Amino acid sequence: MRTPTLRTFWAILIFALVLLPLPLLVRSEFWLTWATLALFYAYLGQAWNLLGGYGGQFSFGHALFFGTGAYCTAVLQIHVGVNAWAGFVVAAVAAGIVGAATGWLVFRYGLRGSYFALVTLAFAEVFRILANSFAFTGAGVGLLVPLMPGAWQMQFETKAGFFWLLLVLVIACLLLTWWLQNARFGARLMAVRENEDAARALGVDPFNTKLLAIIASGAIAGSAGAVYVQLFLYIDPGIAYGPSMSIEALLVPIIGGLGTVFGPVLGAFALHTIAEIGRLVFGEAPGLNLVLYGVLLVLMVLFLPNGLFGLGRFGFGLRRYFKRGGANA
Amino acid sequence: MLEFSILLPAILNGLTIGAIYALIALGLTLIYGVLHIINFAHGSLLMLALYGVFFLHSLFGIDPYLALPVVGIALFGIGYGLQRFVIGHAGHGRDENILLVTLGLSVIIENLALYLWRADTRTIETPYSFETLDFGIAFIAVPKAVAFAGALLVAALLWLLMTRTDLGRAIRALAKERQGAKLVGINVEHIFAMSFGIGCACLGVAACLLLPSFYVSPQVGHAFVLVAFTVVVLGGMGSFVGALLGGLIIGVTESLGGLFFGESLGQLGIFLIFIIVLLFRPTGLLGQKA
Repeated sequence: MRTPTLRTFWAILIFALVLLPLPLLVRSEFWLTWATLALFYAYLGQAWNLLGGYGGQFSFGHALFFGTGAYCTAVLQIHVGVNAWAGFVVAAVAAGIVGAATGWLVFRYGLRGSYFALVTLAFAEVFRILANSFAFTGAGVGLLVPLMPGAWQMQFETKAGFFWLLLVLVIACLLLTWWLQNARFGARLMAVRENEDAARALGVDPFNTKLLAIIASGAIAGSAGAVYVQLFLYIDPGIAYGPSMSIEALLVPIIGGLGTVFGPVLGAFALHTIAEIGRLVFGEAPGLNLVLYGVLLVLMVLFLPNGLFGLGRFGFGLRRYFKRGGANA
Repeated sequence: MLEFSILLPAILNGLTIGAIYALIALGLTLIYGVLHIINFAHGSLLMLALYGVFFLHSLFGIDPYLALPVVGIALFGIGYGLQRFVIGHAGHGRDENILLVTLGLSVIIENLALYLWRADTRTIETPYSFETLDFGIAFIAVPKAVAFAGALLVAALLWLLMTRTDLGRAIRALAKERQGAKLVGINVEHIFAMSFGIGCACLGVAACLLLPSFYVSPQVGHAFVLVAFTVVVLGGMGSFVGALLGGLIIGVTESLGGLFFGESLGQLGIFLIFIIVLLFRPTGLLGQKA
């Protein structure tokens, strides 16, 4: 438990002041796209970090929320003609409801750890099959969102617009996690993560605490889906509910540092730097990018379980591996 | 009686694929029972084994059934090495870390396969691929009948190994009481790796039995990994008989679901069973109280 401190707040402020003028200084389309995507994955990672990092509930199927948000806006936009900003709000609410339903079912029966990971994965898979089977979701073909340029339709004419939108969202999440670290709710959530039974003995209600966390996490991931749809103007069952979005969501905070305010941001920028370098070295070969992600995930867990923020302990991890004294299980 | 003549072959077919599911799930449940970890890489390792069988056949003309010892031993080696040198070191005292490492391994194996062998779906032709056996009530393809018998035979052998050999006793001791097993001189890391290796060898055998009537592609593991989890959860984590029973039930469910609702939605039945069992009876049909 950290003592309440303003240091993190100043760090968030500096982060905002450094990144805000970036689109005015950087003229290269490539770098702006890169930064925008990094911010997008940081945002998705922040959603996962809320539940996984602070609550200790490792979801392997966060695509469930992301995809629900994405399909919600796309379907509303195409079939009903709802404005994208309104769709953004509806997406967050819908994904929050899915989170509430999942959480209510899963936590009620006391499923933890591996079981929780498995159920989230299975739920995402059920939704993928459903999205694949119905006409209004475009089935296997997917949905093409009509191009309606303009800030009012959340389809900015320049990349800078998306950059600023995502930056604002990421900063909002940074402030939320900073608040969480100092708030009573955050203390309860972290107590549940460390030892659920002990937390209950101290009067914390683990069910309500975890339920709130999964609703918030789901809503944020859902809103990320809404932004994704406007950014790429396309969604299909594989993108929405497939495993790669779930893996990105968990990889980003794990690389940066689980349960830290800046972990997902650091992780997202690190991951996408490495991914770009990988693309330069290996070319656009299908699959290799994800191989790199897998290798990173294994290496991080083996040697840097505390993420880049735990870099100070890197030597310790290496030494332990070669001494073969690592605690099993 | 028209319906009966459609239902019965569907049930029999379901039983044959169910036996394969059971074999795959036996490997998973063995690993879970001893190491208390959920091996997310199980499906990708099966895919790797299927490619092994495929290349042995297409490059060297080795019959899938003759390739069984080679693939089985290779998978055992891979499993032993993975547990001993990678997974065993990843815990840092938290089960979640092991989950993450096996997830990472599955991502690596799957996408490496995608890169090396492309997304093409491949099948092999054997002289007996299209032969059928007449059971009086229904026709069953020869490879499926062999798979059914083979899977049950291997399950029986595995049971003998677990109950009649020193290795089996050591594995069971370790599953029950880690500290105690260490105290009586069992080499914990070695036995852990052996269990993981045997669990993977089951995949090698399953791959040899499966390929003559199935296909292989880099994504093929997906189809099996959740099914195998469902079987294990349905039967009860760590329960051998449960895995066998669960495999057959899931096989028949899938076959009947496909018959009534079509391939895509029929799959949904498996996930629904999975979610319902996890929610209402996480210990499974035959599992012990957690």
